[in-house]
Amino acid sequence: MADLLQRIAERADPAAFRELYEAYGPRVKAYMMRQGADAGTAEDLAQETLLTVWRKAALYAGDRGSMTTWVFAIARNLRIDRLRREVPWQQLPEGRLTEASSEPLPDEAMAEKERQERVQAALAELPPEQKDVVILAYLEGLSHSEIAERLGLPLGTVKSRMRIAYQKIRQTLESLE
Amino acid sequence: MTITRHLDDSTLMSFAAGSLPEALAVVAAAHLSVCPRCRDEVATMEMLGGALLGGLPGAAMRCPLPAAPEIERHASPGSPAVAPPGTARGAGRRAARGAALGEVPDPLARLIGNDLDGLRWRWVAPGSWLRHVPIGNGRLHLFKCSRDVMLPEHGHEGSEITMVLRGTISDSTDLYRVGDVCDIDDSIEHAPVAGTDGCICVVAQDRPPRFRSLIVRLARPWHGM
Repeated sequence: MADLLQRIAERADPAAFRELYEAYGPRVKAYMMRQGADAGTAEDLAQETLLTVWRKAALYAGDRGSMTTWVFAIARNLRIDRLRREVPWQQLPEGRLTEASSEPLPDEAMAEKERQERVQAALAELPPEQKDVVILAYLEGLSHSEIAERLGLPLGTVKSRMRIAYQKIRQTLESLE
Repeated sequence: MTITRHLDDSTLMSFAAGSLPEALAVVAAAHLSVCPRCRDEVATMEMLGGALLGGLPGAAMRCPLPAAPEIERHASPGSPAVAPPGTARGAGRRAARGAALGEVPDPLARLIGNDLDGLRWRWVAPGSWLRHVPIGNGRLHLFKCSRDVMLPEHGHEGSEITMVLRGTISDSTDLYRVGDVCDIDDSIEHAPVAGTDGCICVVAQDRPPRFRSLIVRLARPWHGM
């Protein structure tokens, strides 16, 4: 997937954009609908997310990071701006390495792929009560206090579940380093 | 600046998820602008967001491809797709350096400017001044205290994040310096005290604190030191 971004950044390749759109458009639309957008608005925001990827591809192309993470961050900021009508204070990821370079080194690209796979696997293994708070925060856009109200839990319990969930994910990544 | 007191993982996670109430997000962004350690955590947490997005069952698109004349325009031979990578990256680095140099971290400077001394402060008690910062969701204030003045003791219905912008504050267990944050929830009641050079801090809450009036509490100066 990362090389789609490369093709967009370097050659403005419409075929690469089509692939990207087909892979991520429906997911970003689903994300926006989970956050309360109606189908039409969600589709508009999904399109705008991917057009932003198109326009900003060069900002990210030298990075070894994950394409999916980049799309997520753009969709998140667009949601804050359009659905919540607030300022997105989150910056888009700039990548770990700052020099502009074309091809990720093979071992770095591999390491990044493995990091992603580890995160996926750790997420799948979370106990339901931890996974639930993570999903409510990320996919429903609820604050800690709103999650506490939704689940009828003390605020401290919500925060500690999120902390524990994250520690597990971080541990699986640390074992890579 | 050596930062020793960081944001809670659950706060960083909520920030990365885009679900931190805006007042808290401003202070989180201010801390992140000076704290590489917390930035690294957010990068990993954004990866988790990517994993969740990637795992969502897609919703069918009505329109198979966006009506996007700019795609075709940019794709025409000879026209650059986007700005050369160097320019945008350079601008980002310059912005990051500028943020590191100023006393007011960049995200906060967007709301109050760069000059803490030039702000209009509201006197609330001997040695204590307050400045309200309008924000969409939650409550955001700056406070300024003279040496050894005790900040109002209070509890919370929700979350509170305080960041030191100038001077130091301490509570029963910790000393907070410039860039440090105190990130607590409703289980904690605390009463920090300004250090020997006084302090200026920014504080965000998602719910009103549990007392009738901040002024009432500020009006009780610290006598114990």
